[in-house]
Amino acid sequence: MSDYKAVIGLEVHAELDTASKIYCGCTTAFGGEENTHVCPICLGLPGALPLLNRKVVEFCIKAGLALNCKINNYSRQDRKHYFYPDLPKSFQTSQLDLPICYDGYLDIEVNGQTKRIGITRIHIEEDAGKLIHGLTGTRVDYNRGATGLIEIVSEPDLTNPDEVYAYMETLRQVLLYTGVSNCKMEEGSLRCDVNVSIHREGEPFGVRTEMKNLNSLSAAKAAAAYEIKRQKQVLAEGGDLFQATLRWDDAKGINYVMRVKEHADEYYYFPEPDIMPIVITPEEVEAIRATLPELPKARQQRYKSQYGLSDYDANILTVSKALSDLFDQAVACEAPAKVCANFIMGDITRLLNEKALQPEEVPFGGKELAELANLISQGAISSSAGSKVVELLFQPEFAGKAPKAIVEEQNLGQVSDQGAIKAMCQQVIDANPKVVEDYRGGKKQAISALVGQVMKASKGKANPAMANQLLEELLNG
Amino acid sequence: MEITKETVLKVAGLAKLNLAEEEAQRLAHEMGKIVGFAGKLAEMDLEGVQPTTHAVKLENVFRADEMQPSYPREEILANGPERDEACFVVPKVVE
Repeated sequence: MSDYKAVIGLEVHAELDTASKIYCGCTTAFGGEENTHVCPICLGLPGALPLLNRKVVEFCIKAGLALNCKINNYSRQDRKHYFYPDLPKSFQTSQLDLPICYDGYLDIEVNGQTKRIGITRIHIEEDAGKLIHGLTGTRVDYNRGATGLIEIVSEPDLTNPDEVYAYMETLRQVLLYTGVSNCKMEEGSLRCDVNVSIHREGEPFGVRTEMKNLNSLSAAKAAAAYEIKRQKQVLAEGGDLFQATLRWDDAKGINYVMRVKEHADEYYYFPEPDIMPIVITPEEVEAIRATLPELPKARQQRYKSQYGLSDYDANILTVSKALSDLFDQAVACEAPAKVCANFIMGDITRLLNEKALQPEEVPFGGKELAELANLISQGAISSSAGSKVVELLFQPEFAGKAPKAIVEEQNLGQVSDQGAIKAMCQQVIDANPKVVEDYRGGKKQAISALVGQVMKASKGKANPAMANQLLEELLNG
Repeated sequence: MEITKETVLKVAGLAKLNLAEEEAQRLAHEMGKIVGFAGKLAEMDLEGVQPTTHAVKLENVFRADEMQPSYPREEILANGPERDEACFVVPKVVE
């Protein structure tokens, strides 16, 4: 049973961050009163004519370039027919054989190993509405209907649940960097379908099942793990697998059959007569390529080579583009990179979590972070005072204040006055005869307890290196 | 090209159409004639001719990504066969 290998492919849907829908001017804003973001075009009423949103095409190309795809010079939309009330036209305007992007890849990292996952294609299509199931009937809200989507289809290159997670995480990060989607999985802006089959090495692929609309990274991983195990068990018990669409119940951690596919893919696709062909010139592709930001992989490399940051630091810093941008802005103001990195990965991340803020909502900029980092590296404040300043910067009454001004106002400056520190050291020595005895008896590390006492006496403001040095002088003198 | 009654019933099923026996029979005959007519195209020499999907030669007909007001909900819902105060209502969908 254990010699079965899993073959997994993902179809990821990302809602595009355009202002208006794919074929009409209705807003794409999330939520809103039911059926208030709707017009005859996105409802597909007879006689209404769609007009393709240029930005949907541009965003698809941009995502494709970020995922190393080739761009079709000639592309087209097609109608995919199926009956379901979330689709008022009874067909989805999608793309069949001429998607905008094809033949790309995404490199993921699992357990320190890099693996290249093929991207088969990326095409544009419209989102469906939302069904609200009740006891007697089903209510339909078309606000989300006909929002522009890209569907990113991977090659079946994934072989285990960890790779599924890493692929989704890396893909989400790349899409966020390009800005084509806000990727808010909790709002359904990024969803994935997981296709799983198992087979023995050298044998043809097994029967494939599909789980639809997984809306978190952990759900995608858990669903893949469950389905691989289920398929292995069915075969181990001598059963047959059948091609089916399954629904993943994340709360229960199980899946169940939604529908069995008897007639696979009878969607009766045909070219969309209302949308004219999409012709993309190499010049247009290059113009969009020029708007691509530095992507996470390249940024990590640069942080390591330019600033000497570790793999770990470089990876953490680039998880969020907003925080990574903050770091870049700070070091551009001639701040010490490692100190800035530590603030972002430490105090800033902690405060964002505590206050349930998004990385975009850090209430100060790179200039302030740079000033703060320089105060530390120049010895003007201690690192604990630095943490205190960050905490204050997150409070509304300190918004827009310069760290230097806060340090002065709150009297957080580090005391490097030799006379004052020496007096405190003497007091600490007098008050701790036992520790002094230990030190003189050869336990040299006992001095750190005394430094701690000096720091406490100075309310964290004494320069610890200076305190250490003065204590040594006094004790050995 | 012959269109059988079975083909008609299959296509009707996919389109959610209920056809009576004699309707299926009649449609098989009529659809056969239509497909046969289109079959004339197969007699042409199309060597080297690119397939085309639109009768007019227009490309890249786009709109700018600009928001426009949506329709009043009342007007939108007025077109549905069944509704409540905010939504269209359809027979219960069992998944």
